[in-house]
Order: sequence, then structure tokens, then C-alpha cells
Amino acid sequence: MTEITVTVNGQTVVEQVEPRLLLTDFLRHRLGLTGTHVGCEHGVCGACTVRLDGVAVRGCCLLAVQTDGSVVETVESLAGDGPLSPLQAAFKRHHALQCGFCTPGILIAAEDLLSRGHPSHEAIVDMLSGHLCRCTGYTPIVAAIEEARDAPALARAEEPAG
Amino acid sequence: MSATEPWVGRPLPRFEDDVLLRGEGRFLDDLSPVAHTCHAAVVRSQLAHAGIVVDVRAALAAPGVVGVLTGADVMALSRPFPAGIDSGTPQYATAIETVRYVGEPIAVVVARDRYLAEDAAELVDVDYDPLDAVLDPVAAAATAVHDRTFAYGDVTAAMAQADLVLRQTFHVPRFTCTPVECYAVVADWDATEGRLTTWANFQGPFTLHGVAAAALGLRGDRLRLLTPPDSGGSFGTKSSVFAYIVLMGLASRHLRVPVTWTEDRLEHLASSAAATGRTTEVEAGFTADGRLIAVRYDAIEDVGAYVRAPEPATLYRMHGSLTGAYTVPNVGVRNRVVLTNTQPSGLNRGFGGPQLYFGLERTMAIAAKRLGLDPAELARRNLIPADAMPYRTPSGALYDSGDYAACLDHALELADYAGLRTRVEKARADGRLAGIGIACIVEPSISNMGYITLAQTADERALTLPKSGNAEGASVSINPLGGITVRLATTPQGQGHRTVCAQVVADTLGCTPGEVTVMSEMDTASVPWTVASGSYSSRFSGVAVGAVQAAALKLRAKIDAIRAHAGDENLSLRRVAGMAHWNPEGRPAGEEPGLSAVAFWAPPTLDPPDDEDRIASSAAHGFIVDICAVEVERATGQVRVLDYVTVHDAGRLLNPLLADGQVMGGFAHGLAAALYERHVYDESGNLMTASLVDYLTPTAPDIPALRIGHLSSPSPVTALGAKGIGEGNTMSAPACVANAVADAIGRDDVELPLTPPRVWNLLDHGDGG
Repeated sequence: MTEITVTVNGQTVVEQVEPRLLLTDFLRHRLGLTGTHVGCEHGVCGACTVRLDGVAVRGCCLLAVQTDGSVVETVESLAGDGPLSPLQAAFKRHHALQCGFCTPGILIAAEDLLSRGHPSHEAIVDMLSGHLCRCTGYTPIVAAIEEARDAPALARAEEPAG
Repeated sequence: MSATEPWVGRPLPRFEDDVLLRGEGRFLDDLSPVAHTCHAAVVRSQLAHAGIVVDVRAALAAPGVVGVLTGADVMALSRPFPAGIDSGTPQYATAIETVRYVGEPIAVVVARDRYLAEDAAELVDVDYDPLDAVLDPVAAAATAVHDRTFAYGDVTAAMAQADLVLRQTFHVPRFTCTPVECYAVVADWDATEGRLTTWANFQGPFTLHGVAAAALGLRGDRLRLLTPPDSGGSFGTKSSVFAYIVLMGLASRHLRVPVTWTEDRLEHLASSAAATGRTTEVEAGFTADGRLIAVRYDAIEDVGAYVRAPEPATLYRMHGSLTGAYTVPNVGVRNRVVLTNTQPSGLNRGFGGPQLYFGLERTMAIAAKRLGLDPAELARRNLIPADAMPYRTPSGALYDSGDYAACLDHALELADYAGLRTRVEKARADGRLAGIGIACIVEPSISNMGYITLAQTADERALTLPKSGNAEGASVSINPLGGITVRLATTPQGQGHRTVCAQVVADTLGCTPGEVTVMSEMDTASVPWTVASGSYSSRFSGVAVGAVQAAALKLRAKIDAIRAHAGDENLSLRRVAGMAHWNPEGRPAGEEPGLSAVAFWAPPTLDPPDDEDRIASSAAHGFIVDICAVEVERATGQVRVLDYVTVHDAGRLLNPLLADGQVMGGFAHGLAAALYERHVYDESGNLMTASLVDYLTPTAPDIPALRIGHLSSPSPVTALGAKGIGEGNTMSAPACVANAVADAIGRDDVELPLTPPRVWNLLDHGDGG
């Protein structure tokens, strides 16, 4: 067992973990943050994407011990207890999710991309090439990310009532 | 929109979305429905065909191991899975002494956690005695396990009269829809009561609940099956999780602990379910003016190592629609099923449609070329006319409604067909390889549970109880403090059933969708269901919505009676609920107490097959016209889709936002089958597409923009006039893209998937090679 100290979604946690424990299993089954999903465990599908010290990474290809001393952000951090973030609201407006299993990884990667400037259509599509979605055909996801890029206030203001 | 406008028909965003977007979805691996579960790891075959001797002693001694379930235990505790036909090769939940495909379960190791279970699984020693593997389905046809012929009209006579007879063989490879969430099962055996409770991300059909119960030797009520609120996609694939419900149920029973198992991706690719592979020789007779007067199919269906329920259903799902969208009076069929040493087949989006339409629509394109007709014109000459609706096909389908010529016109206009032709001609004049493809297909939905009995002869069927129909149940309850609860048996995996049902109930009861809580969790112990329940054959919008509306209508009648009894027809729902719950003795005479209703609903047209083997294999029939233009890069064989137009007539659209979502998703799967996906086994039966690195699924840059059009011919056989819309483009896109590629490169023998090397090999490289 190894002791690690990680800041996850703003909270510092200190845990004893086996060196072989995957970051995804640490988040999901130790911390109960089940929003991070596991789709392939070999780094292709992107469902497990989280931000590690601000950078989008594959949670399934990291060990928990590798995050010692780091800051990890998962999908649960995007809206917290508040309203949906502009990106999340845009996904809802554009029907950019169906089963929702790939969605957390895509949201994290898109937030990462949007935080770095004003990505072009091509840059958004290129980023999405690292994620598998089998429900939507991707087109509504691109539209949602573009809307969040161009008019985040609109996306939030027009969030449909449930 | 005005307050009185119906909720049904509005593009309402989904109630499902908020929790999913916040990462608060409840998928099975997120949940711990039973305390103190142990974790399973499955030991799987590394060879395609071999005798096996298994030694588990080292695994039993490993840290944290609770026990191991072996083939001997499985044989002692269970029976083979019942299937639609007797293939002579029974399938248990694990291999018994002989493995028949790479990835087949051999044993289950159960331990305190998944890491320890996987450690111990490595210690299970399997001694293989290799046997020859059968991998070529056509060569295996001599030992087919099922061989039936069908004749409608006089095919031989019609072929003799035809001016043009085409004969060509088409092959649709095995591919799989790969939902991003893999299988998951939790099993909890109650030894005292002899009862198994399981949670699984199962998708129906619930005929497979019966298959699982039979394998477990349990009466139906003793296999309680629950599904979690959320399921991470399925597209048919998760129907076959039933085999693992049995396997984990046996592990729980044998080892006396609750067992949890979440499949990993490598297991999923090797051993969940893939579509059948089908090789079909199509013979088609045309008159000189382009009338298709006879078609004959000789199909060889590769179902993998076992005929696993509901197979051979893939062969028969489309049986009523063998003539597609055309008036063809004479039809002949030979259906053979073969076993190969590959993973067993199962439901996969389109289910039989891609296999049928690839042959039929490629044949139409080839015929147009031979007859010197534009493919759109050839289609027009053969489409079933609007005034023939409802139309009975020779093989028994009752096409319920539609104006196919109008859809074709709409698609040609949306595609700017003349302009597209000009664009292609210009590209060709520039020396480029460009082409146009068309596919006109009928999209059947709401499968007749009786179609599978076509696998038997009429005489054989006469000895058993008839099977027919497609019924669904639902309940609607009004709570004492207001608010409405709906329970469903459709096990949705992302389609938005909760939202659409809320719209339907809101219209029926005069409330808002926000007042309706729709529970997507299935529980065979408490939700009204039938063997037909689940999500498959795009049955939700027709049948499940019918059941929900029927239950709501029963409640509506009761609410109206209570209002009339109170002398106030404007009494609020909440007040009505309060009266019904708190003052049942004040209810109107003749009314039951309570404010809850259960209803079942089924379309009226799904009879068992008749003595002439005619079957109304589906209730509703949408229509689709796809038109696409492609360019093939001469240097690489790469296919680029320049434009893709699809026009649907799916009857009444209950929620257009979600309907388009289904179209785009179905198209993505169809394009994947056209250009990317197939399972590859080597000559020894090793799976070469065993990871997502090797099994190539399209990502965002690979999917072209799709332009969608809709016409609406409401179905007279569904409750609200809706038809299925989720599978059509998966059926049409492989044929449409292949037609365009064939047009671009001037070859008839294009094969799926149209990968660059395969297309490049078909090109004339000007070197005589």
C-alpha cells in the first residue's frame, strides 16, 4: 500500500492504495465518483477522460499513485451543485447525448479544449476523434461544442425547463 | 407554443439528460444493489476448437479467492439454452469439455475483488487438445444445421419470361455495434427460497428471460431480473447478456455468495454478440422496361459456434419484406444456417435488414446499369404505389401506409439529383472517380414474435402452440400528493423513452410532462411485461407508447368519473388524487378504489404464420430513400462521402428532436458497416479484431454531414400513428454507399466494408494488373 494525496474536484483526499490500482477504479470505487466511465481500459474510447493538473488524460491508462500530489477534475466538477454549465446545457439543447455513457469523457475533453481559446470546427472534430460515441453520430456533439464556444450565455439562458 | 397544443410532436429536450450530464447516471457498475458482493473473472478459450481439461487447484489457493465454477459444475446445475432450432450442438453457459470459439467461457473465478479474481483466473490451467476449426461458412453449407425453402408465386416461370436475369453473390460480413458500456451482471442466489435475483443491463426481448430461466431450471417467477435506470447503449448487443445472467447466477448458486461481473472490452469484442454473416446468391428477373418480376435468394447464414436464442431470427426478421419496397409477385428463398468456430451471433442494429438490402439494392443498381436506366427511374417503376396501401407482400407482410413515390421525389429534390449528376460527370471529366448511389428500403418495426416459427415447417408448427403478436405492458399511477408515476418494461439504452412517455401521459391526463416521473428501471417482479418486452425492432414508439397511453386512458376515465361525481369537471388532478386516496368510500358507484392503472397493448395485425408460410413479420413499415455521392481516391482506394441525403416516412414523429437523433445514430452505424467494421478471424480462428485498436469504429472526422427529410404517413396499426425510425439507415447505408462506390469505379463486385485496400484492389491501375 502506498499513501497518496490528491485534490479531486477541489477536495484533498489522502488514501492508502495498492500501486496497481487504476485511477478510474480509484475514482469510481474508492471515492464513489462514478461519473467517470470505463469503456475499454486500453485508451481508445475516451469515456474515462479526466483532467489531471488541468490537462485531459485517459483515466484508465493511469495508476492512482501517479496522481499523488496532483489535481484531478472529473465530470462531477463541471456544474457542482449549480445549474448545468454552458457546455452541458448546449449538449442538452442539441440532443448531443443519448445513452450518456461516453458523455462525461467528451465533456471533460471539450472543456479542456475550450479553456485553451477559440477552437475551429476542425479542431473540435479533431479533438472528438479521441472519443467513441455509438449513439449520436457525433454531429450534434460538434454543434453543441460550437454553441458553447460561440454563445455560452445563450446556452445557459435557454436551458430548457425539466 | 400554445398551452393547448399537444406535447406529443414537440421537440422536447430530454428529462434523461441532466443526471447524465452531471455524471450522476446510474449504470449497473455504478451501483451496489447487494451488499458484500464478490467479483467474478471469466476464464476464456484461447483456441477456436479444442478438447479441454481444466485444473483449478492453483486458482483455488490464490489470495482472496472464494471459489471457481467449472464446466462440470455448470453441467450439473443447469441445462443447455433452448434455441429456435435444434442444431445438434447444445450450448451451456460455459464450454463443456470442448471449446468452440476464441473467447468462449471455460470457468468463472470468484474472489474478494476484481484484481484478485483476475490474478487467480491466470492460474487456471487449461490443457487444450486442438481440433480443426471451421471458418468458411460457404464451405460449411454442406453440413448446414437448418435448411428451409419457401416459394411465393411461380419464380421459375417468371424467370423464364424475364428479359434480363441477373445472378450475383453478395456477402455481408460479421460486425458489431459495440456500445461504449460493456455487459454487467450482479447475481444473488437465495438458497433457502431457491430463487435467483439478478441485475443486468439487459435490453430484452424478454423471451430471453424465459431462455435464461429454462437454462437455470427455474420457474419464471424464481428468476427475478432487474435493470438499472441507465444503460450505456446496446443496439441489440445487450440482448445476449442473458447468457451471462445464467453464468453468474450459477456462480452465485454454486459458491453461495452474491457475484458481480463487469465485462471488459476485450471480452466484449470476443464473446458478447456480433451480427450474423450472410452470403446470398440473388437471382433477379426483369422485363425489358425494368419491371422486377421475380427474385430468388439462396442465403447461407453464419451464426457462429452455436445457434443461440433468438437465432435463427436474423434470417426471418425480414421475411415479410423480402421484396423490399417493390411490387414483385414471385419470390423464392432457400435459407441455410451454418456453424463456424467464431463467436455466436445475436441482435445487432438493423437485424437482418443490412443482410437483405445489401443483396436486393445492389441488384437494383446493377440492373439499372444493364437496362440503361437511371437507378432512380428503375426504383420508381417498381415502387409499391400509394393507392395500393395497405399492401400485402407475397411473403405475408402487411405494409400499413406510405407514399413511396412521394418520398423518392422528396429525396431527389433534397439531393438536387440533377445537380449531383452534373457534379459527378464533371468530376469524371476531370479524371476523378465519382459516383452516386441510391437505396429505397422499407424499415419494418414491431416484430411479430411468431416469425421465428418460420424456422419450422407448417406441419411442425401444427404440433406446437402458435406464436404471434408483439404486446407490451405499462402502469400509470397518480400519487396521493400529486405527481404521476409511469413504469415501463422497455429497458431503454439512451433512446429517450422517459421523455416521450411523459409527453404522451401529459396529453392524456391534461398535465405537463414535468409532472410525470417515468421509471426506466425494469423489474420482472413488479413491472407489467410480456415476452415481447424490451427495446428491439424499433418497437417503443408503436407498442410501448400504446401501452402507456392505454393505461393513462383508463386513469383518465376514472378521473372524469370522480370529477363528475364531485360535480366539478375542472377539479385539479391533485385534488382528484387526494379524494381517491384519502376518501375511497366517497368514490363513484362502480369504480374500483385507488388511482392506478395497468394496461397492455398490441398492434392488431400480427398473426402467426399461415400454412403457406406467409408471415406479417412486423406491424409498422416506414420507408426510406437514401441518396449519396462519393469520390474514390485513385491512389489509395479511400472512399469519401461528398453528400448524403436520407428521407424518412416514419409516420407520426412523437418527438422530432429524438427522431433525428435516431436517424443520425442509425446512419453512423450503417456508414460504419459500409466503410469500416467487420470482425476478422485468421485461418486458425484467432480473432484479429480483438481490441478497439484493431476493430475500427468511425469517429467524428469519419461521419459526413447527413441531410434529413421527413414525410409522414401515420400508421393505422399503432396507437399514435408512429413507426420505428432507429434502424432504417443501418439497413440502407451499406447498400447506398456500395452502390455509389460501384458507380464510381465501374465494378459490380464491391464488398463490405469498403476499406481502402479492398477498393484499391478493384481499381484499374492501368498496368494490366
